[in-house]
Amino acid sequence: MSRTPLDTVEHAAATPDVELPWAELGLKKDEYERVVEILGRRPTGAELAMYSVMWSEHCSYKSSKVHLRQFGEKAPESDALLVGIGENAGVVDVGQGYAVTFKVESHNHPSYVEPYQGAATGVGGIVRDIIAMGARPVAVVDPLRFGAADHPDTKRVLPGVVAGIGGYGNCLGLPNIGGEVVFDACYQGNPLVNAGAIGVMRHEDIHLAKASGPGNKVILYGARTGGDGIGGASILASETFDDAKPSKRPAVQVGDPFQEKLLIECTLEAFKEKLVVGIQDLGAAGLSCATSELASNGSGGMRVTLDDVPLRDSTLSPEEILMSESQERMCAVVEPDKVDRFLEICDKWDVIATVIGEVTDGDRLEIYWHGGKIVDVDPRTVAHEGPTYERPYARPSWQDELQADDANKLPRPQTSQDLKDQVLKLVGSPNQASKQWITQQYDHFVQGNTVLAQPEDSGMIRIDEASGLGVAIATDGNGRYAKLDPYTGAQLALAEAYRNVATTGAKPLAVSDCLNFGSPEDPAVMWQFAEAVRGLADGCRQLGTPVTGGNVSLYNQTGEAAIHPTPVVAVLGVIDDVARRTPVAFQEEGQLLYLLGDTREEFGGSAWSQVVHDHLGGLPPKVDLERERLLAEILISASRDGMIDSAHDLSDGGLIQAVVESALLGGKGARLVVPDGLDAFTFLFSESAGRAIVAVPRSEELRFNDMCGARGLPATRVGVVDGDTVELQGEFSLTLAELRETHEATIPALLV
Amino acid sequence: MTARIGVVTFPGSLDDRDTQRAIRVAGAEPVALWHKDKDLKQVDAVVLCGGFSYGDYLRAGAIARFSPVMDSVIDQAKAGLPVLGICNGFQILTEAHLLPGGMLGNDHLHFICRDQKLRVENADTAWTTDYTAGQEIHIPLKNMDGRYVADRRTLDELEAEGRVAFRYMDFNPNGSLNDIAGITNAAGNVVGLMPHPEHAVEPLIGTGRTDGLPFFTSILKKLVNA
Repeated sequence: MSRTPLDTVEHAAATPDVELPWAELGLKKDEYERVVEILGRRPTGAELAMYSVMWSEHCSYKSSKVHLRQFGEKAPESDALLVGIGENAGVVDVGQGYAVTFKVESHNHPSYVEPYQGAATGVGGIVRDIIAMGARPVAVVDPLRFGAADHPDTKRVLPGVVAGIGGYGNCLGLPNIGGEVVFDACYQGNPLVNAGAIGVMRHEDIHLAKASGPGNKVILYGARTGGDGIGGASILASETFDDAKPSKRPAVQVGDPFQEKLLIECTLEAFKEKLVVGIQDLGAAGLSCATSELASNGSGGMRVTLDDVPLRDSTLSPEEILMSESQERMCAVVEPDKVDRFLEICDKWDVIATVIGEVTDGDRLEIYWHGGKIVDVDPRTVAHEGPTYERPYARPSWQDELQADDANKLPRPQTSQDLKDQVLKLVGSPNQASKQWITQQYDHFVQGNTVLAQPEDSGMIRIDEASGLGVAIATDGNGRYAKLDPYTGAQLALAEAYRNVATTGAKPLAVSDCLNFGSPEDPAVMWQFAEAVRGLADGCRQLGTPVTGGNVSLYNQTGEAAIHPTPVVAVLGVIDDVARRTPVAFQEEGQLLYLLGDTREEFGGSAWSQVVHDHLGGLPPKVDLERERLLAEILISASRDGMIDSAHDLSDGGLIQAVVESALLGGKGARLVVPDGLDAFTFLFSESAGRAIVAVPRSEELRFNDMCGARGLPATRVGVVDGDTVELQGEFSLTLAELRETHEATIPALLV
Repeated sequence: MTARIGVVTFPGSLDDRDTQRAIRVAGAEPVALWHKDKDLKQVDAVVLCGGFSYGDYLRAGAIARFSPVMDSVIDQAKAGLPVLGICNGFQILTEAHLLPGGMLGNDHLHFICRDQKLRVENADTAWTTDYTAGQEIHIPLKNMDGRYVADRRTLDELEAEGRVAFRYMDFNPNGSLNDIAGITNAAGNVVGLMPHPEHAVEPLIGTGRTDGLPFFTSILKKLVNA
């Protein structure tokens, strides 16, 4: 990539034997040969930069796309889907003329290297995806996974990640309404920092990433381009961390949320005046991605003059400008007679905006630098026709042994005292403990539309003040379940997020996912991935909730050790009137507690097996998606008709965890009775899926029971909201004060 | 008739639309004001809302204080225009010397967002007459730099003159001196506080309480009865 003479297209054609550093840029030999074949000559340095970054795992999904196709092939019929997979984010019709866009992405590797900036720019990136669809961002959620809670490095990573998410999201004015925090030693060197965002728009405001109409101008606006994150997408996603090769760790991008806030307001104002033909945010692969995607999705070609890109560092080479991942930048395609007005709006918001090129009537993407043509490619070959790998996959040899190590055979508590001790141990364990220390660093009030926020089962945002129309979102994923059985684990993640949305009274509509796995070059990991995708696609078909988009994060492993397969699933739901939402907290003493669903002896992958026995083995809970659908219908009807005053889904930690959370949030205790046919231990700790616990006012008991009976959903009365203790009759009683102390002390003690 | 209450949008303002909503919910008419514009559009009162004006670069509120709109706000506030500063707005008011003291980073060094219990100490300001002195209320709090500080003499003066308008109860979320959550100027027309009353005006939203609404009904009554 010598800069003298300039490596133009002409120069490249004339000097076929020049060696280019394709391997250093992450390309494999056969991939480089394909680039040469496509171009009919060696690529220029700039072209090589573009191909290498766009063909990286992170941008091209080359290992995963043969599997991801199932999300389209198995997609259920849904009237709700307005824009599907492939755009910046999917768009769902939520009624009354509103559309909602949502997506979850990963920023795992950068957040390990530099927790604050890695997490902050993760929020920034997902929010730009939402703006690029034409929507105003209204909320963010953050599913997080860290190494062991008591590991010294967790104390470095977690506070940095949390401060980064808060520092960026709070400054953007986006309420943080949900997510998860999970600890497991498997994430020690590979924390998972996933970030989700929701945006709202009117149907007619949907925008797409395409450059159409010859003569239309391409405008780059937002921050100046600097040297940060160069090659980040390519190198971070294509090489596993290896202590022997520290030079492979490039600079993580640095975020400026203030600039992004201006970008949001300025973009929305331009949308409002209908000035934008096509739009794309600059994230991974920066200008390489934005120009090639805009051009290949449009009807024509594109000509760009790289000299016009405003720079933060004037020494950058054209290759670096194309690869830079400087944050807070967007690219818009605007008709010539609207350019002045567009620039005026940018100026109003003090946002730098520059015309850097135009749409042409050809079909090439041409990029110029200092008068020479340094890129001349078919943009589709860069953006969409990257390599596809059918990676070999095979069920790992250890899977049978793992599943045979049955958690149901672990020693169980023998006495009432044992039961009581294990309940306390569970609710105070890092994964089950209160995450308030974390969530109180996030603004969940801003925008004045937050109806529910964590620790509720799903976050809920009002989107229409007059009608009360709202949307709910929940994200879930259980790597322990998925390790035991990736197909079932992915479906359990889906089922839990679906159930969490329904528990708050909203109707689940659509799915986004963030699939976090180890190295695709390991056939065992590839099998986990294939199984999880198959499970999720099958599950979405059965539940009628299409996958609208998402993200794949591979190479989450250090050396030979991969993380647990961790598909994180986000489910979006709609509620006609947020006044009907159902909270987790117990509301009134005397209300009756009903357990919905069937409870079986299912302890494989359970929180109990982890907390009490440090055990992972056996099979995860069974999935019955028809039952999940029925349970959701009952929860939604009961909420709409005022038959229940609180509800909580049962998942990790089982019934006792849910009851303790509802009691602590409401400041009201509960008296529980073990129902016929169950033993106390199974009643408290089983993690059977398809269950929820609801509080029914006595006046509604008959009506509620009739409804469950008529629909065939098992509903068992298991107690009453009462007093200031959580009591299991005949076994033990714990005061709310003692439970609160145990539940809330854990996280601060580990991290402060 | 109703009152027209201006809400200034700086680059980085976050709660401007929320504040406009709160004004509407109280029955007054919100008027959008722009930081580059000296014109206050003849509003009857001004709210400086929360956010991170100009990115809070240099120091929270330090740059906003020099914006064109603030020239007018400062002049008119001195002439009696009611001004309420919420969170970043409070920071701007201290930077503009319309209120004494200043704000430092929270003593625990984290952003904090919580439902905060307060005691209303002064129910005689332009913005607090719909409360009663001693009333305990819950208002959402969310900030990074909320630790109110002032020199001893200023603190003594504020206390002696009853100018501490709100005090944190049960838990001091940021290390503020004397548990101060909000103060008023001597005339009672300029009030600043760290918690966010605009986030507590509707029963369903946020904490589910409406303890913040009296800020906006107080000023409305004062203006309409004037």
